Amino acid sequence: MRAFRSPSLIGGGALSTLFLLAAAISYVWTPYDVTQHAIAIRLQPPSAAHWLGTDQLGRDILSMLMMGARISIAVALVAVGLGMAAGVPLGLAAAARRGGWLDEIIMRANDIILAFPALLTAVMITAVFGPGAVNAIIAIGIFFTPVFARLARGAALSLWTLDFTLAARVAGKSRLRISLEHILPNIANLLVVQGTISFALGILAEAGLAYLGFGAQPPTPSWGRMLAEAQTLTAIAPHVAIFPGLAIVVTVLGLNLMGDGLRDLLDPRLRRSRT
Amino acid sequence: MTQTFRATLLAGALALAAGMAAAKSDVTIGFQLEPPNLDPTASAAAAIDSIVYANIFQGLTRFDSNGGVIPSLAESWDISEDGKVYTFHLKSGVTYSDGTEFEATDVVHSITRAKAPDSTNPRKSIFEVIDKVEAVDPLTVRITLKRPKGGFLFDMARGDAVIIAPESAATNVTNPVGTGPYRLEDWVKGDKVVLVARDDFWGEKPAITRATFRFISDPTAAFAAMMSGDLDYFPAFPAPENLPQFEADPRFRVTVGTTEGETILSTNNKMPPLDDVRVREAIAHAINRQEVIDGAYYGYGTPIGTHFAPHNPDYVDLTALSNYDPEKSKALLAEAGYPDGFTTTLKLPPPSYARRGGEIIAAQLAKVGIKVEISNLEWAQWLDEVYKQTNYGLSIVSHVEPFDIGIYARKPYYFNYDSPEFDAIYAELDATSDPAKRHELLVKAQEKIARDYVNGFLFQLPLMSVSNAKLQGLWVNAPAPVTDLAAMSWAE
Repeated sequence: MRAFRSPSLIGGGALSTLFLLAAAISYVWTPYDVTQHAIAIRLQPPSAAHWLGTDQLGRDILSMLMMGARISIAVALVAVGLGMAAGVPLGLAAAARRGGWLDEIIMRANDIILAFPALLTAVMITAVFGPGAVNAIIAIGIFFTPVFARLARGAALSLWTLDFTLAARVAGKSRLRISLEHILPNIANLLVVQGTISFALGILAEAGLAYLGFGAQPPTPSWGRMLAEAQTLTAIAPHVAIFPGLAIVVTVLGLNLMGDGLRDLLDPRLRRSRT
Repeated sequence: MTQTFRATLLAGALALAAGMAAAKSDVTIGFQLEPPNLDPTASAAAAIDSIVYANIFQGLTRFDSNGGVIPSLAESWDISEDGKVYTFHLKSGVTYSDGTEFEATDVVHSITRAKAPDSTNPRKSIFEVIDKVEAVDPLTVRITLKRPKGGFLFDMARGDAVIIAPESAATNVTNPVGTGPYRLEDWVKGDKVVLVARDDFWGEKPAITRATFRFISDPTAAFAAMMSGDLDYFPAFPAPENLPQFEADPRFRVTVGTTEGETILSTNNKMPPLDDVRVREAIAHAINRQEVIDGAYYGYGTPIGTHFAPHNPDYVDLTALSNYDPEKSKALLAEAGYPDGFTTTLKLPPPSYARRGGEIIAAQLAKVGIKVEISNLEWAQWLDEVYKQTNYGLSIVSHVEPFDIGIYARKPYYFNYDSPEFDAIYAELDATSDPAKRHELLVKAQEKIARDYVNGFLFQLPLMSVSNAKLQGLWVNAPAPVTDLAAMSWAE
């Protein structure tokens, strides 16, 4: 298997699995209950009882991170799904009507969204509709829509010039059917790679929004808010800031490595040049 | 050429040495909040008084460091037998920082302006009792009240009652002109306000000749600025968790004093089911105050059982009425028809006591079955949603005004508390000046709101200040928002 020769895919995959596993396990078990405060044991450094120490309210940081992984995954996954669900059909439609008014409208609307810095857009949306996990998802999802629309359109355009789509046209298939039956399967690998990378971005965006106070509201644990709350404590209890920071870094690194590995594996052009 | 150069170098070195030898006379002070303007008669923001009170603007009377009322522009005063006529004898030779002279007519003007129907004074109500104000001669003012008022001299010491010159009344918001020992040199919006000592000051010249107030809202940045020596003094230091580090460092002095800030779990008394006194009592018994104080403020803070400052001689300890008793809480909820609890909102403003305290209280309420949905708001959102529109169930905020139990009689007010009985007690209190009778009424008022469980009464906010160990003359307590620059000096 070629997959096992790619160190970035293996390393990234391992880190990502760790992250997914932590979130999955948190549904059935966490070392401690994160809704229970124990002020008496707050800000304790890592120990045998609390592997990653305790936070300012005496909660177990490992448990908090496991619960926080859930929110990160949920928000990033749904946001990417939303971006894909909205962006891919738009991109395909634009490619199918290349140069037409539909193409123009879709792509210019994309440009408008892309013109705003991603985090600014997200902050704007949550500022208007109020903070919360659902609004964070919508905000991040809106940002991902043009990313997928552009990717889908670009990839689809090159396929529309190839012989097999021409043949399908000659055979009398509608543009819609060609898009769905021939174009979509052929760009799926690209979408998967972009999805992985966007997923990592989504986790960063969620952490960023939570850090600014626009993400999931307490008591739901969230990595970004853990970091924000640890800010004044870095001098007396550095572990309170280090572990959530590390969790974000490791997870994003893992997902990006996996995305790279997948691209190497799935991209037809790269594959051809290697063999 | 070389000689000139050498001479310059020598002169420079000498100047430097001289500069180092001279006693330090400037001070840099850190504040979390920047004032919206610099006129204490125009806006309620405490940040204004913190800079200009007693430094730029002075009143007839003023607060001392213990909250007592002492003479300021008035040297002395006589009060008539019936307690309705106050005759103030003003200091002579007093001038404003623009050179004009201070006279009795300025007092008349200031009070008339504050009392006027179109006045924008944030505490217009304290002038309502004044019937007439007359200048008897340039150094004597007579104020006649509609009825005797116990706290009149106290009210005249407030920042809202400072004396201003008619010529500068309109421009004080950006260019404050007062009778105090300092004048404004510079205001860089978003960064700092600089005050310098007046050369032409009529009284004793202060030791500090230049004060820079820097605005640093982020607790981490405040910590760094203090540690690096950029700041000499940070009254109301925002991060209690950092205090042990300052305490361990001989360069700094940490003081923990009292404030007028009652930190309460504000409750919307009109929002069902919080309109039921049994439900509010259930909330009170579900709260473990000590845990809130330890968790939110690192153990600094005094528990309170009513809306009154514990260091006030009229305070009664009513914490026993709302002791921590989850079983009683559950029983009360069942009695009120909520055996399985209910759901409400908890909207929190930015200060750390509110955010941390909110999480702790949410967990405590969850134990008796009350589910709260927390939302963290910015100040502007909080003022709009909670304070103005009263669209909330619960909130946490510190009421920092001195002697503010009167807000329970105010309508509309964001607690939506409406008790004719309390209103009657407060109205009687307002018209009483006999200290013994006032004490009795104040105790009654405190008990009334405690027994009505209007809000969850949590703790008195402490004033934690960090300063350079060599800076002297700082106030330990904050009876009012005051930074008394004239009292400060540097130890050799």
